[in-house]
Amino acid sequence: MARKPAPAAEAQSPDTLSNVSRDELLQYYRDMLLIRRFEEKAGQLYGMGLIGGFCHLYIGQEAVVVGLEAATKEGDKRITSYRDHGHMLACGMSARGVMAELTGREGGYSKGKGGSMHMFSREKHFYGGHGIVAAQVPLGAGLAFADKYLGNDNVTFAYFGDGAANQGQVYETYNMAVLWELPVIFVIENNQYAMGTSVKRSTKSTTLFGRGEAFGIPGEQVDGMDVLAVKAAGEKAVAHCRAGKGPYILEVMTYRYRGHSMSDPAKYRTREEVQKMRDERDAIEHVRELLLQGSHASEDDLKAIDKDIKDIVNDSAEFAKESPEPALEELWTDIYAEDLPQGSAEEVA
Amino acid sequence: MATEILMPALSPTMEEGTLAKWLKKEGDAVKSGDIIAEIETDKATMEFEAVDEGILGKILVSEGSQGVKVNTPIAVLVEEGESADDVKAASTPAQAQAPSTAEGPNEQGQPGKSAVEQVKTPEPDRSPDWPEGTRMKTMTVREALREAMAEEMERDETVFLMGEEVGEYQGAYKISQGLLDKFGPRRVVDTPISEIGFAGIGTGAALGGLRPIVEFMTFNFAMQAMDHIINSAAKTLYMSGGQMGCPIVFRGPNGAAARVAAQHSQDYAAWYASVPGLKVVMPYSAADAKGLMKQAIRDPNPVIFLENEILYGRSFEVPDLEDFTIPFGKARIARTGKDVTIISFGIGMSHALEAADKLAGDGIEAEVIDLRTLRPIDYGTIIGSVKKTNRCVTVEEGFPVGSIGNHLSAYIMENAFDYLDAPVINCTGKDVPMPYAANLEKHALITVPEVVEAVKKVTYR
Repeated sequence: MARKPAPAAEAQSPDTLSNVSRDELLQYYRDMLLIRRFEEKAGQLYGMGLIGGFCHLYIGQEAVVVGLEAATKEGDKRITSYRDHGHMLACGMSARGVMAELTGREGGYSKGKGGSMHMFSREKHFYGGHGIVAAQVPLGAGLAFADKYLGNDNVTFAYFGDGAANQGQVYETYNMAVLWELPVIFVIENNQYAMGTSVKRSTKSTTLFGRGEAFGIPGEQVDGMDVLAVKAAGEKAVAHCRAGKGPYILEVMTYRYRGHSMSDPAKYRTREEVQKMRDERDAIEHVRELLLQGSHASEDDLKAIDKDIKDIVNDSAEFAKESPEPALEELWTDIYAEDLPQGSAEEVA
Repeated sequence: MATEILMPALSPTMEEGTLAKWLKKEGDAVKSGDIIAEIETDKATMEFEAVDEGILGKILVSEGSQGVKVNTPIAVLVEEGESADDVKAASTPAQAQAPSTAEGPNEQGQPGKSAVEQVKTPEPDRSPDWPEGTRMKTMTVREALREAMAEEMERDETVFLMGEEVGEYQGAYKISQGLLDKFGPRRVVDTPISEIGFAGIGTGAALGGLRPIVEFMTFNFAMQAMDHIINSAAKTLYMSGGQMGCPIVFRGPNGAAARVAAQHSQDYAAWYASVPGLKVVMPYSAADAKGLMKQAIRDPNPVIFLENEILYGRSFEVPDLEDFTIPFGKARIARTGKDVTIISFGIGMSHALEAADKLAGDGIEAEVIDLRTLRPIDYGTIIGSVKKTNRCVTVEEGFPVGSIGNHLSAYIMENAFDYLDAPVINCTGKDVPMPYAANLEKHALITVPEVVEAVKKVTYR
């Protein structure tokens, strides 16, 4: 973790700063730190063989989901790719449930049947957790289609990466989303690498939000290492969608510190590049500096938060180790639903 | 507190690795995120980051060591003023309690669900599909499908139809004719030509609480949307531990039409029937088309509804009832007989029934079973019939390899082997892409004489 003051703190525009309270700042610090510590612990458990398969960590990108979640209201939906642990924690899903799913245990959100890439929560309106790059984009537009059809003012956040931005189905979805004025925010988390291929090596059209112009979808680029800038952009996008003006694109410029997955040797970028981002642009350090410089919190206050977070994460890891493996009968359950799911006729009437 | 640093697993398959290089020396301060070593896995050389902060007290495995097992202690991390030997006093090495994955589910007994345990074939439901004496009306398969969708859209506000040309054009095959006028553009949604896009949006809408009917102009185009049908619609309930139901119907014409060649002539029945999480329906008659479509729309799962262009215009008797459905997994005995069982579904039924007529002329009484649904399959009716006739021929339009007939043959062999007096014969389409030339196309498809010949072979006539 970076220890140097983030220059971004100085660059902070007074507009965005004046729009945030001390409590909000502390909350963002807390939420981002939870994601980082949780992911570090997940990496550790992976190394111990307690987590298997693919495991994609969100370290470095915390400000994106924390900033956007700050712009949501109850009822709003979110859907993302396989790099999903941060999104789940940010929308209020329990660290225990997520960690136990990573270890493939009964106490996990999918009872151990989904794993790192496939988790869901009806209660928190989190629709996955999708393992196929860009599949969540039309699915997210479909969630927004349902909300518009049902006549409520909910908004869906469909998160995807710069890699997914080169999948054809994204553009089929853009076209229909704007045609039908769906209340969906397309959030491109541009962490600059699609696995090992940089944006520049993937496309000549590197300003990804700009591709929306061809369809008539407005959008903008946002500094994803600045949680306040992300929140401000999120509020703008949400207002656009709730006003019935159709979709909006946010290209959030971010950076992942770890490899694409746990088994990525990351030879496509230099160690120095990663270190520079950590030292100079770290989103958590940025908020930490804001809190300390503005005397909104003392070192001791922040230490207390650090300890709280450590306790939550350690508790989740203990739970994830102790939760039993799913019963063998679970192999044969949840293949077909017996009952009507939520949201059928009675909900509309 | 002194902690041991363990040899990490750095890929899904890694069991051991080489400690290629230490990047920190004993006595170096380490903070979380620092790269402390390079480790060669079975795939690549990986950088190994520290998780905790401290001082590298002691290196236990020297660089260059090969075959270091995952979870072996490789170094000791100490705090200021501590000695590496303190680790002995500290907690015992955290031996990873990775769950054993060696034991398969079957060893612990899932009755009837392992490869070797005998599955008890369920008793078939032989109740009539509608009450005796119900007044019947004549309608085409096309009208039956339209009526089914309209009735369900009236019944449930969350049901809507989307697809190419379903609205203003009145349906490429006129299945949705009049529905736009009746229900308006909110519920009859014309889409651009974007199969993966609208299949994904439909699936998302189903996850979000609606009951979409997604029309593919033909199922050939659904291959563009296969990822959403299989990965997004069929698997999500399971992957979510039962939280995310996906009530959606994917429907449209399937199989060969006439003279449209290879890319527009394929029967996907066996493809979809192989996927757990999907239900697969392939009706032949108009009554079945109607009753099964209504059932499909009400089902809380993703349903593949395979229609047939050639059957759209055929007329059948349909019960004149305000509301009727046909349950999935209930085959129809279209004709009773004692000499041979012919099993088919969809348009294959027209060949099966025509063959049965011809065979009757030769004194062979064939029992013809229409499966109607391919997932679930009514095994009870199949086994009951084969035990009676001791002979079986399957009829379908699809390719021969990995066909529904192949599956039924295996099932019958496992569950009624002692009753068989002849090997089961699968009549299928030929193992070739569909040709355009009229004469070649005719030979590529399953034909009535082939079914007759197969039946004569299994009855040794």
